[in-house]
Amino acid sequence: MDQLTQHSLWKTNIRHKNWMVWGSCFVLALLTAYCWTIMTEETIWEFVYDAPVQGADLINRMFPPDWLYINKLYKALWDTINIATLGTLLGLIIALPVAFLAARNTTPSVLFVRPIALFVIAASRSINSLIWALLLVMILGPGILAGVLAIGLRSVGFIAKLFYESIEEINTTSVEAIESTGASHFQVINYAIIPQVLPAFLGVIIFRWDINIRESTILGLVGAGGIGLFLSSSLNVLAWPQVTLIIVVILATVIISEFISAKVRSLLIG
Amino acid sequence: MRHWERPHYIVANRFWRLSLWVFFFVYLVVGIGSIEINWIRIYEGLERGSHFLSAFLHPDFTTRSTDIYAGILESLTITVTSTVAGILLSIPFGIGAARNISIKPIYLFCRAFIAISRSMQEVIVAIFLVALFGFGAFAGFLTLTYATIGFLGKLLAEEIEGIDRKQLEAVRSTGASWLQSIHVGIWPQIMPRMIGLSFYRLDINFRESAVIGIVGAGGIGATLNTAIDRYEYDSAGAILLLIIIIVMICEYLSGWIRKWIS
Repeated sequence: MDQLTQHSLWKTNIRHKNWMVWGSCFVLALLTAYCWTIMTEETIWEFVYDAPVQGADLINRMFPPDWLYINKLYKALWDTINIATLGTLLGLIIALPVAFLAARNTTPSVLFVRPIALFVIAASRSINSLIWALLLVMILGPGILAGVLAIGLRSVGFIAKLFYESIEEINTTSVEAIESTGASHFQVINYAIIPQVLPAFLGVIIFRWDINIRESTILGLVGAGGIGLFLSSSLNVLAWPQVTLIIVVILATVIISEFISAKVRSLLIG
Repeated sequence: MRHWERPHYIVANRFWRLSLWVFFFVYLVVGIGSIEINWIRIYEGLERGSHFLSAFLHPDFTTRSTDIYAGILESLTITVTSTVAGILLSIPFGIGAARNISIKPIYLFCRAFIAISRSMQEVIVAIFLVALFGFGAFAGFLTLTYATIGFLGKLLAEEIEGIDRKQLEAVRSTGASWLQSIHVGIWPQIMPRMIGLSFYRLDINFRESAVIGIVGAGGIGATLNTAIDRYEYDSAGAILLLIIIIVMICEYLSGWIRKWIS
């Protein structure tokens, strides 16, 4: 009987796999510990232990928010929305051709053009919009224009990547059906490809717009216009009640834009 | 003979379609009009732009090599530690925020925490944490951990809510404890996607670690900001190239690992 219970003990995994899982966990733990020691080498622990006191002090200074300051923010908020919207449009205009060049089934050359388009996508995606803004402010000077371009350049990669993936996923039967009627190339795109990808495209654009609203709120930290400009100037003079209000305004904007985006996307799908 | 016309896909009603277009163009005119363009400044800037472009093509890795090395190392260590800490902490929050296995008060608390974490920009969080914990990598670590909890917690909760209930019920009907039912009934169902998402987040955390340095939270962003402030475009170009290369490696690796797991 004793032997029977021992044998019937059921295990979730086979042994070999178990070893691998534990092994990789162990390696990961070692790596993390090693990184931790390097990272905290220059940490001044007095400041860290001091944080609760600092936090209480900060909260004391932040409240109540300076509600009247909102009168100065309307213009900045409008600028922020413009940066996000126009940036998204700019990104869309550049991303459309890039996406068609990157998609395996529409690219003119898989060998030469596609890798270039993929590099454009990767480069645009790997640089954050704040860094784009940093560079563009240096080139174009501070202002909304740098913000719009930064958002646009960052959006290209995102939009083009999702676009070309949905172009590659289209159903070829309907393309063939339209082709067999003797339709021209343009007509094939118009009647067979666009109907299939349009809902996905619009969803992607709205989604990116929502992300861009978020990102454009902080672009001002490096001088690229919008509400972040006021955030950085209030931070510089340590006007914490103003900072609180700006954060509240940013949060409200982000929540509203997320609501709009979710609403529109559910309309598109439904 | 009547011509067949392709129906409009999104807005079928002609009136609404036209008004949307009108609204769109009016906005476009007003919006573009609100951009103030200083052509003289741009003209001056173009020269700097071309300087920068040529510096980007001839990046200088050597002059500031110690700074760059330290910055990259700091970014990478922040990325690893914050991702691991974020994953570990996101598990309880994710379980708590899953409607089908959590109880109401815990569900509401976890959802609220995740919502707050997700709606705050990393950079804004970093500003506050730098104010609290002082400049440097530790504030960056905390920022990215916090952001990771929100990101992974939400996705984990959604994964758990989407599981096949029958397996969980089967495990429960054997008299399994709560922990056992999660380990055997839920974990195998969500594990592959969780690992994939963790690597995706690793990728995002590296990108973000390059940014939060601009507000003083350590990492390569601080080095980049200094290089640009000093007009050392060739060093800045080198840093940007390194960021792009590391992000590409991360993306390639995470894609490869995700494929290998599934």
